[in-house]
Amino acid sequence: MNQNSDREGAAISVRDLHRRFGRQQVLDGVNLDFPRGQITTIVGPSGCGKTVLLKHLNLLLRPDSGVIVIDGVEVTALRSRAQNEVREKFGMLFQAGALFDSMSVFDNVAFPLVELTNLNRDEIAARVEETLEAVGLQGMEKKFPSEMSGGMQKRAALARALIRRPKILMLDEPTTGLDPTRTHQIHSLVRHTQQQFDLTAVMVSHDVPAVFEFSDRVAFMHQGRMALNGTVAEVMAAKHDNFTQFLEGRASGIDEPLAAAAR
Amino acid sequence: MSIVSSIERLGAWVIDGVTSLGDFVIFLAAALLYALRPPYKVRLLIRQLRAIGADSFFLVGLIGLFTGMVLGLQGYNTLSRFGSEGALGTVVALVLVRELGPVLAALMVAARAGSAMAAELGSMQATEQIDALSVMAINPVQYLVSPRVLAGIISFPLLTTLFDVIGIWGGWAVGVGLMGAPNGAFFNGIAQNMSGHDIATGVYKALVFGLVVMWVCCYKGYHAQRMATGVSRATTSAVVLSSVLILVSDYFLTSILL
Repeated sequence: MNQNSDREGAAISVRDLHRRFGRQQVLDGVNLDFPRGQITTIVGPSGCGKTVLLKHLNLLLRPDSGVIVIDGVEVTALRSRAQNEVREKFGMLFQAGALFDSMSVFDNVAFPLVELTNLNRDEIAARVEETLEAVGLQGMEKKFPSEMSGGMQKRAALARALIRRPKILMLDEPTTGLDPTRTHQIHSLVRHTQQQFDLTAVMVSHDVPAVFEFSDRVAFMHQGRMALNGTVAEVMAAKHDNFTQFLEGRASGIDEPLAAAAR
Repeated sequence: MSIVSSIERLGAWVIDGVTSLGDFVIFLAAALLYALRPPYKVRLLIRQLRAIGADSFFLVGLIGLFTGMVLGLQGYNTLSRFGSEGALGTVVALVLVRELGPVLAALMVAARAGSAMAAELGSMQATEQIDALSVMAINPVQYLVSPRVLAGIISFPLLTTLFDVIGIWGGWAVGVGLMGAPNGAFFNGIAQNMSGHDIATGVYKALVFGLVVMWVCCYKGYHAQRMATGVSRATTSAVVLSSVLILVSDYFLTSILL
């Protein structure tokens, strides 16, 4: 789709990733590529291991075996200081936002710049303003997370994830706890910022099929592996029992009324 | 079969215990190591000095005052049976400086600042704020734990000294002012009988207690489980474990420093 000659290949490659917690094999040979400049969404039933996979991609967890290559660097065996260099390439939006509740929106969004760069006050303020505008939160600098709705917290968290202009954006169920309208808004905001900042996006989501509209590729995870992986059209056309069940289970509204209402 | 499984269970229990003890020690080592390594965050240290030290002043002073007053009362009552009211100052000062000052101040700060610390770090863990720091390439131990441990080591001796001084004045007010023990002998006894070693003993204890309380409370909060009861459980066990460790280490410190 979006591939020029200099941007070919995957931003992130995962090969044969295994991880066990106690007796439970959570990741059981995951293979997946995340092409540059696209949104790849990982879906699957609760407990299938998608959040654990994301925690390996952002280097919070180390695998038992297998390889992850991010932007040409094999990250699985890196020491913590080298890991931090890799982390500068990506921004992460956590499920509940993970904003620091002791700080205002401005301080939250500015935090990575204040802590990790040598930019002066004016440069930081300008960058924060620009980024808050990109997520539609202009003028909210002085608010505290507790004073904002769930949707606005997600936006502020997205601004913080984008503040260092990363190449890769990771999103852990960005629409959890939002109503269908807000869900739609966050999805289109993710799509918009992905295009504006030319990001490779990795999204873990429950929101099927709403999320497909905003994704380039979909990977369906089942029992610790990728059962399906391809463009949205390819995956939707594939005949895969577990995937069909997963979609229908959701569609019946038993597990997630919000997702059903969203359609 | 049942023998094998119970041996297995015992083995798993021992391994779990050794592993978490190892985690506990590594956690402190990391906090101390990162405290020495740049970038130095003076602003964070000052904020913690305020939370642990300055904000505990009133409470520690109040407890010190009443502890000293009780010592004055009990001390006078006991000593007057032997006709040695003149030794009241010595008794009050030595008991406070060597023993009660460091222990009670540490218990109070553990209950006040330590519990708050465990709850704060616990809720940061529960809401993924600690993970967010890691992902932003900021070492959460260096950012959150090191300043707190350092602030504990600095604050505890100062608070203990405050406790001692206010306590001695409390003992004086009750013993001399209320009960009529001789005023001159009160201070003269302290000047004559309290050595630098006595004072140093109290300060060493306070240093160790500061380290232990912050270590335990930060560890418990940092490793809180991500569920509704996780934070409350972490807070409770932080206060209980630090109180127990204060009293246990007090015994060993006393036997070493005596």
